[in-house]
Amino acid sequence: MEISYFPGCTLKTNGRNFEGTALPLLELFDIHAKELDDWYCCGVSFSQSADNLMQQIAPIRTLVKAKESGNTRLLTLCAMCYNTLQRAIFFIKSDEDKRDIIHDFMYREGTKFYGDEVEVVHLLTLLKEIGSEEIKKRVKKKVDEFKIAPYYGCMLLRPKEVAIDSSNAPEIMEEILEAAGCETTYFPFKTECCASYQIVNNSEIVKARTKKIVNSAVKNGADVIVLSCPLCFYNLDEIQIEIKKEDKNFKTIPVLYFTQILALLMGIKSEVNNFSLHYIDPTPVLKRKGLL
Amino acid sequence: MTENRMMVRVQIMGESYEVPEGSTIIMAMEYAGYQLKRGIGCREGFCGACATLYREKNDYKIKGGLACQTVVTDGMVIAQIPFVPAEKPVYNITELTPDIDTIKAIFPTVFRCVACNTCTKACPQDMEVMDYIQALKRGNIERAADLSFDCIRCGLCALRCPAEIVQYHAGTLARRLYGRYLAKKSPEIEERIKEVKEGAYDGEFEELESMSREKLSEKYYSREIKLK
Ligand code: SF4
Ligand code: SF4
Repeated sequence: MEISYFPGCTLKTNGRNFEGTALPLLELFDIHAKELDDWYCCGVSFSQSADNLMQQIAPIRTLVKAKESGNTRLLTLCAMCYNTLQRAIFFIKSDEDKRDIIHDFMYREGTKFYGDEVEVVHLLTLLKEIGSEEIKKRVKKKVDEFKIAPYYGCMLLRPKEVAIDSSNAPEIMEEILEAAGCETTYFPFKTECCASYQIVNNSEIVKARTKKIVNSAVKNGADVIVLSCPLCFYNLDEIQIEIKKEDKNFKTIPVLYFTQILALLMGIKSEVNNFSLHYIDPTPVLKRKGLL
Repeated sequence: MTENRMMVRVQIMGESYEVPEGSTIIMAMEYAGYQLKRGIGCREGFCGACATLYREKNDYKIKGGLACQTVVTDGMVIAQIPFVPAEKPVYNITELTPDIDTIKAIFPTVFRCVACNTCTKACPQDMEVMDYIQALKRGNIERAADLSFDCIRCGLCALRCPAEIVQYHAGTLARRLYGRYLAKKSPEIEERIKEVKEGAYDGEFEELESMSREKLSEKYYSREIKLK
């Protein structure tokens, strides 16, 4: 099966460990993610300002590309891209006047988009559709006593209309990882915001959040945190180094994309993990658990 | 009367003139008495020096074009641009890496692109300007180099961009990076350069230089093109 695919900018640069593990993983299920031609950066975060028409143009152009490709199911891996594209669909569906203004603005391109033509799907949803049985069948390695803390953050869950699972108590990542034979651990901060773009103007907020989230995961016995958002990844991974500099007693924990764990379990060559992109080196724990 | 029918009325830099129908903007300006020293070049649509902004009768849109290629229409309002004062970063190509970090360091504005496509609409070369900027945003230097290949650096895109990106300089960087670091090397070129340096063709050149114009022209048109 072929599915249209929107990688987003980060997966081509700092998030190569995410794309690098997700695409071969899908191939194991005979799903080929076909990257859209000349796609556009989604704009990264959904604009909250009242006059946000201009910010909608980029995600809409990408959705138009997917519409024109004929393969209108559009896969995203990055939680941010997922959120922005999905919300652009809601936006264009819910406000006819603004939709007309956008269509007028794109007069030269002659393209129109109404929202229903494309379905944006996140990789977690796709894996859930594939189902536990199929996932189980492809697992090649068994791990014992390896506790994974799935971290959702905001972008997969909020606002409610775009949530891929329950906004308060999501289980989708747990279901998939458990199907692959992992043990997951509950920790109360799994849907807490990592402070996102505050990293640009006030990293102290991110530090405080990361500390809380990481402490909670560690206290609940986690060996690693897994997630699906490159910005959460940066905030939770790199910022731990900063926290450690200030607080010697702080216990760090490796952060990985959930696809990295699945790829290792399914026997995909470990090079695609690009471990050099990680600040907290996950290789010691992965070796200890027999995944490397 | 006969003459009137062949004339159109245009406004050039705020003054009204009658100019011959079918003239390009450059021809119209010269007809009106302008002596162009800046904002003019090859007159063939290749050099990109004569960017112009204009508006047509009963149209609210400001359009861009090359003055040597755009034919005047009755009621046209024309502003000829002497040059585009765009920022031009200085860098040493031998010290760069062909990746997104270089783009971030030299053209941080690229990351402000909102995909409005205004640049593409402004481009007289009909290039996909937005697409090459977006390719740079993704760090795809090769795609950006390819898509920006026909750019003549007229500057119209940069004049219209709401994100204040200087697309053509960014495109030039992409092509330089591609040429220096990413393009497949051609061993034939190296070999030929060596031959030239060693003087393998000096004799032939001397012979050509000493020929009369007629002989040279005859030789040129009867030449055989050898393809390997
Ligand atoms: S890309 Fe910009 S500078 Fe280059 S030809 Fe088009 S409008 Fe002119
Ligand atoms: S005009 Fe500027 S902001 Fe708009 S698409 Fe072109 S480069 Fe991007």
